[in-house]
Amino acid sequence: MSTSTLSRPRPENLRTSLNRSNNNLSGWAFATPFLVFFLVFLVWPILYGFYMSLTGKSLTGANDSLIGFANYAEALADADMWHSLGNTLYFTVISTVPLVLVALVMAALLNVGLPAQWLWRLSYFAPYLLASTVVSLFFTWMYNPQLGLINEFLTGIGLPRVAWLNDPNVAMWAIVIATLWWTVGFNFLLYLAAMQNIPAQHYEAASLDGAGAWRQFFSITLPQLTPTTVMIVLLQILASLKIFDQVYQMTAGGPAGSTRPVVQYIFETGFTGYRLGYSAAISYIFFGLIVVVSVMQFVITRRRSA
Amino acid sequence: MATATITRPAPQTTQARKSGFRQPRRKLTIGRIAAIVVAGFIAVLWLIPFAWATVTAFKSETDAAAPDVTWVPPSGFTPDAFVKVFQDGNIPLWTWNSLYTSAAITAITLVISALVAYALSRIDFKGKKVLMTVIIASIIIPPPVLIIPLFYQMLALNLVDTSWAIILPQVIHPAMVFVLKKFFDQIPRELEEAAVMDGASRLRIFTQIILPLSRPILAAVAIFVFIGAWNNFLWPFIATNDGGLLTLPVGLQTIKSAYGIQYAQNMASALLAALPLILVFLFFQRQIIKGVATTGLAGT
Repeated sequence: MSTSTLSRPRPENLRTSLNRSNNNLSGWAFATPFLVFFLVFLVWPILYGFYMSLTGKSLTGANDSLIGFANYAEALADADMWHSLGNTLYFTVISTVPLVLVALVMAALLNVGLPAQWLWRLSYFAPYLLASTVVSLFFTWMYNPQLGLINEFLTGIGLPRVAWLNDPNVAMWAIVIATLWWTVGFNFLLYLAAMQNIPAQHYEAASLDGAGAWRQFFSITLPQLTPTTVMIVLLQILASLKIFDQVYQMTAGGPAGSTRPVVQYIFETGFTGYRLGYSAAISYIFFGLIVVVSVMQFVITRRRSA
Repeated sequence: MATATITRPAPQTTQARKSGFRQPRRKLTIGRIAAIVVAGFIAVLWLIPFAWATVTAFKSETDAAAPDVTWVPPSGFTPDAFVKVFQDGNIPLWTWNSLYTSAAITAITLVISALVAYALSRIDFKGKKVLMTVIIASIIIPPPVLIIPLFYQMLALNLVDTSWAIILPQVIHPAMVFVLKKFFDQIPRELEEAAVMDGASRLRIFTQIILPLSRPILAAVAIFVFIGAWNNFLWPFIATNDGGLLTLPVGLQTIKSAYGIQYAQNMASALLAALPLILVFLFFQRQIIKGVATTGLAGT
């Protein structure tokens, strides 16, 4: 009885007493299933994609040989590449602002303590659960120049009809409106959760000092939300940079390429133009852009938590 | 006592959990009435696309395409569009395809992510730091960058036009590994140490102590991954040409050309495609909202 008690490791010595090689073995054993998928479907493609970008590889099997950085040189001189990259950046800028601001307004309104919370959350968040294709069908129909609900409303109040998806000057804004409707609920939920984490004492103290709801929002809520806002803005930028689905489905990049994002250009050079190597090179230029934004995000969050 | 502490998710959500997103009842002031009016206005705007799609879907094709835009059609409401879509269309097939591929993606993701997260949280093995760094760094890889090499890989593996081509590349979620690891880190080690002294193996500890205590976070991750997989468009669109394998989002993209300007049928299809997740949301609203709020900042 007493011997068996003695031979048992004491809790504080547990980690050191466990056999180290045993730890190595079980550690990697637990990691292996993930690692297999990780290596095969993420690490290998990202490395092979870079190799492809250095070749003339095509779906027709024409030229598999290494051509150095010729694809990159071609891409940097390709007006269509720059145009599509510009469209992606334009969309990112004009979509991020409303996607963050409207989410903040929605959350602030609910945080006042409205009755029937579930009803508001349902109506603001429900579109986020839709596939992009559903959203595109809804909005293509509402944007219809002759039969659409939106133009009907505009003519009803005496405004001219708008050729939403067919006007190069308007099409990107039409995409932004559809995207706002679709995904703002996600940012709204993040804001709402953050607002409800602000300690009630802050508000109680401010109320005693006679600060009204407006004052409280600007001097307590907003400053307390700063870290959340930084994260939401950065995540939104990263999400917006990946724009493809709704554009491809609603305008196919048109009219006159005015909405074609860089992801669609990658898709088209690869699968319609069959130029896999060139398409991979553009992918890597796009990747570079994402890395720059991500590194910014990393630096900012590190500084915040440090 | 100990369990109460453990079942809490990441610290930032503790309060939200406690309050359950509920606010104390307050009296109606002018400010609150104004808030209700503005919130109501936005809610109406946000419901209009659903309402208009529903009205259109219940119109006859003639009424839907009539130049007069009406909320109540002249020849009355009819379920014809839904009947036609069910008879001619592939919505049930696409729904089934979406369901089993998304379920498979969610199941594989949960198993492999929880296993590696446990190792990263609890086991001191050689190379752990490097592994951790590589997994975190990989969060920044945007899926669109992978489509070209992945497609080429699917050709090489002879997986194009199989469900595996849709499922396998979607099971890697480095951000979710990180979310799980952070949760496991908070579970007190004392609980496992007792089990170790009783001679339990690592796997036993993982399945019988760690996993049961992690239900909330596992549910949150599952919800996040499932919604993402269910609605993913780009990769399934590239990975399959076979009409029998199309998922809902990809299948819907084909109906525009198939039905042409059959507006009522388009809207009926879109609504049928939207229905499953909306229904799930109505039933599991709290869990879904909590899940998205928990995983949201780490994901994407």
